Amino acid sequence: MDSQDVKSPHFKGTDARYRVRPITEVEPGVQVRSPTQQALRRLRRDRAAIASAIFLLLMVIISALAPVLAPRDPIETNLSQRLVPPATPGYPLGADDLGRDILSRLIWGGRISLLVGFSAVLFAMAFGVLVGLVGGYFGGWLDSLIMRLIDILMAFPAILLAIAIVASLGPGLRNAMLAISIVGIPYYARIVRGSVLSLREQEFVYAARIIGVPDFGILIRHVLPNCLGPLIVAATLDVGWMIMAAAGLSFLGLGAQPPTAEWGVMLSQGRQFIRAAPHVSIMPGAAIFLVVLALNLLGDGLRDALDPRLRE
Amino acid sequence: MTAYIARRVLSLIPVLIGVTLLVFLVMQLAPGDPAQIMLGPKATETSLAQLRHDLGLDQPLHIQYVRWLTRVLQGNWGRSIQLKREVLPFILERFQNTAYLTILAVLFACLVGIPAGILSAVRQYSLGDRTAMVLALVGFSMPIFWLGIILQIVFGLKVGILPVSGMRSPERTDLVDLINHLILPSLTLATGVTAIIARMTRSSMLEVIRQDYIRTARSKGLRESRVISRHALKNALIPVITVVGLQVGYLLGGDVLVEMVFSYPGIGLAMVNGILARDFPLVQGAILLVATSYVLVNLAVDITYAYLDPRIRYG
Repeated sequence: MDSQDVKSPHFKGTDARYRVRPITEVEPGVQVRSPTQQALRRLRRDRAAIASAIFLLLMVIISALAPVLAPRDPIETNLSQRLVPPATPGYPLGADDLGRDILSRLIWGGRISLLVGFSAVLFAMAFGVLVGLVGGYFGGWLDSLIMRLIDILMAFPAILLAIAIVASLGPGLRNAMLAISIVGIPYYARIVRGSVLSLREQEFVYAARIIGVPDFGILIRHVLPNCLGPLIVAATLDVGWMIMAAAGLSFLGLGAQPPTAEWGVMLSQGRQFIRAAPHVSIMPGAAIFLVVLALNLLGDGLRDALDPRLRE
Repeated sequence: MTAYIARRVLSLIPVLIGVTLLVFLVMQLAPGDPAQIMLGPKATETSLAQLRHDLGLDQPLHIQYVRWLTRVLQGNWGRSIQLKREVLPFILERFQNTAYLTILAVLFACLVGIPAGILSAVRQYSLGDRTAMVLALVGFSMPIFWLGIILQIVFGLKVGILPVSGMRSPERTDLVDLINHLILPSLTLATGVTAIIARMTRSSMLEVIRQDYIRTARSKGLRESRVISRHALKNALIPVITVVGLQVGYLLGGDVLVEMVFSYPGIGLAMVNGILARDFPLVQGAILLVATSYVLVNLAVDITYAYLDPRIRYG
């Protein structure tokens, strides 16, 4: 064979016959999109997911600006306005049994609920990803040990495990957040481990190993980015669960404690007045519901966008 | 099949040991001295030391665990500090009440969720399908404690046809009264599960009706209703059964909130009251019972799945 027939990308010859075209080069006029761009394009077409994302962004902004936007102090009592209904002047969503403005409490409560939901997911994801990456990539006794521990954590219904942890640490918002974070760890560990088990047999991982990339580098630079799709979807759906779980623990008296303006606490306190003033518990419940619904819609949209094969 | 069951049961042993260890450790980490809680604030140092010795609390942790586990296996689950009675008979009684609630909720969820999922799949993208899936998403996103309160307001207080709390009316022991009390809490509990079952049935059914053997059944000239009921449904329901089973286990723990809303005397309510009263033997017993039953339900689900789908047991 003539040496010039070798079509190598390293061939520097000027003869056009032997010029090797890089595989990334495309016909002029054909627009090439990366997988991320394609996913974003699909997501943009999902109106429900986009509306949900805008709603959630608004909620985050409103919560962040609570000191500026809330019309009143969330724990300021005014017994003359006790249990006034929505649309009362100065109290657009009414007042609770101590005459506290429900709208202001909802805005401040949103801060807590969103912060708890997102930070619990971040904490659970950080630990879960680490455990799943290490177990899945290295295998052996370490993986067996991690999987047995995860099996034990998963042998409890999630909310029961959270309750057990709070029982051990004592009621309070911080402990409730820690409890729901711990409960979330196995969920992420399993997702990542599953992805790593298939990824570690892929050629690009072998290639990285052969050229001497250290294990840590392979995990962070090559394996982790390929697990991000399912992780993003899981995390979006999980924030909703975490918000509901944290509010549920507060509702049971095990999470945030009165007089904190937290949605679960507000709902629990309003229960005593459901005959006379149902709005006191309906409002915070509606806030939880709308945020969780938006997160679920966005999660569904992200799943369809990131993995169109799943779309039915 | 027997080999599969044996393998599955054996694999359960380390999990159950882990569960007991975790329950034991969680309660050990709890703040406060059990002897002090039992004897109250006025107890002398001598009586506290004596009680700690009697309870074995002065022993190393692993000895305490083995002793506790031996007692648990012998049926001695300790005495409730708050109720001053044996824990095991009390939590078994409460567990039975929770089981009524769970069974009714699962029945309701299957009766609504499975037909809704089938109809959605058969009429994919129709108005009915879209409505059912939106409702499923709404049901799935609704905090059950909030839904419970809304049902209490609507059916209990505004319409006034159903009792809103407790398990029985005073001086009534008949079944009708019990069912009346169970309707609202079980509906509340069933909502999220119904949504999950409907979504699962729909996607499973959609997968099955695209298979070749369904096309063959249609091309033989079978009526569509027969294709669906005789050919598609059998296979489509296999994963649904797993989901239903898993939900039973989930409900056993998740109904704490519903029991709280409806003041229903189940094991969840007993557990939360126990935590607030720092009644650790009761809490420990309740958590152990629910977790063990969850593990056993999962085992039953796995075995049923393997029975229905031979690929699992030979896989």
